[in-house]
Amino acid sequence: MILGRVVGTVVATRKDDRLVGAKLLVVRTTDPSGRDEAGHMVAIDTVDAGLSDRVLVVTGSSARMASGLKDTPVDAAIIGVIDSVEMKE
Amino acid sequence: MQIGRVVGTVVATQKNAKLEGAKLLLIQPVDPSGAPKGPTVLAIDSVSAGIGDRVLLVQDGKAAIQALGRGVAAVDAAVVGVIDEVEMGA
Amino acid sequence: MFLARVVGTVVATRKDPGLLGTKLLVLQPVKNDGTPSGKTLVAVDSVGAGVTEQVFYVRGREASVPFLPDEVPTDAAVVGIVDHWSLS
Repeated sequence: MILGRVVGTVVATRKDDRLVGAKLLVVRTTDPSGRDEAGHMVAIDTVDAGLSDRVLVVTGSSARMASGLKDTPVDAAIIGVIDSVEMKE
Repeated sequence: MQIGRVVGTVVATQKNAKLEGAKLLLIQPVDPSGAPKGPTVLAIDSVSAGIGDRVLLVQDGKAAIQALGRGVAAVDAAVVGVIDEVEMGA
Repeated sequence: MFLARVVGTVVATRKDPGLLGTKLLVLQPVKNDGTPSGKTLVAVDSVGAGVTEQVFYVRGREASVPFLPDEVPTDAAVVGIVDHWSLS
């Protein structure tokens, strides 16, 4: 899974039937300290995340194991809103 | 998923039987501002997207198979939505 | 599977029901010589690993296998703690 920050939303009226009602968010990947890294992705939100929330994103086939995403054509899902990251070097 | 722009269509008369009738699009992945990033990707289209459309691109074999909806097939990318708008916050 | 060092933990109260009760670890992948290699990632712990430990982890759909029959939606799981390794 990767750490990220919600930076935007995507509106798409015409989409795969199984994505109707899904919330699509633009996520910027970040390092554990919250600094932006290169790269954006669009992920399905399953935990009611909001703009600027730090989130946990699962990618690849595993994304369809997230709640409510079985048999949907997705490859990235937001499955957690991060309270804190503790680092020790 | 990635944001992409449809930059072309691909016609291939001779192709894997599971792909018969499937529409193939050439997609340029872009960042939220629309700037191109990385190489173009060939994806099957399940939402009738057209050239110039901004789209949602999934790049995962099983996700693409779900989008194609014909059982196991040799696909690894699919267009699953046409983007109306991307709103960026902070 | 890949080698990594556990460099942190993640706390997330609001999360997928499948992640309830799991421990989330921040991993820094390392090369054979133990030096960092590439970006950090978050993995679910299946072996009781802790911060600073050397571990190995599995990526992809198989990452949920250690937790069966629970359906844990993860693409990375720590599946072993490394005691030591040697290179020939």
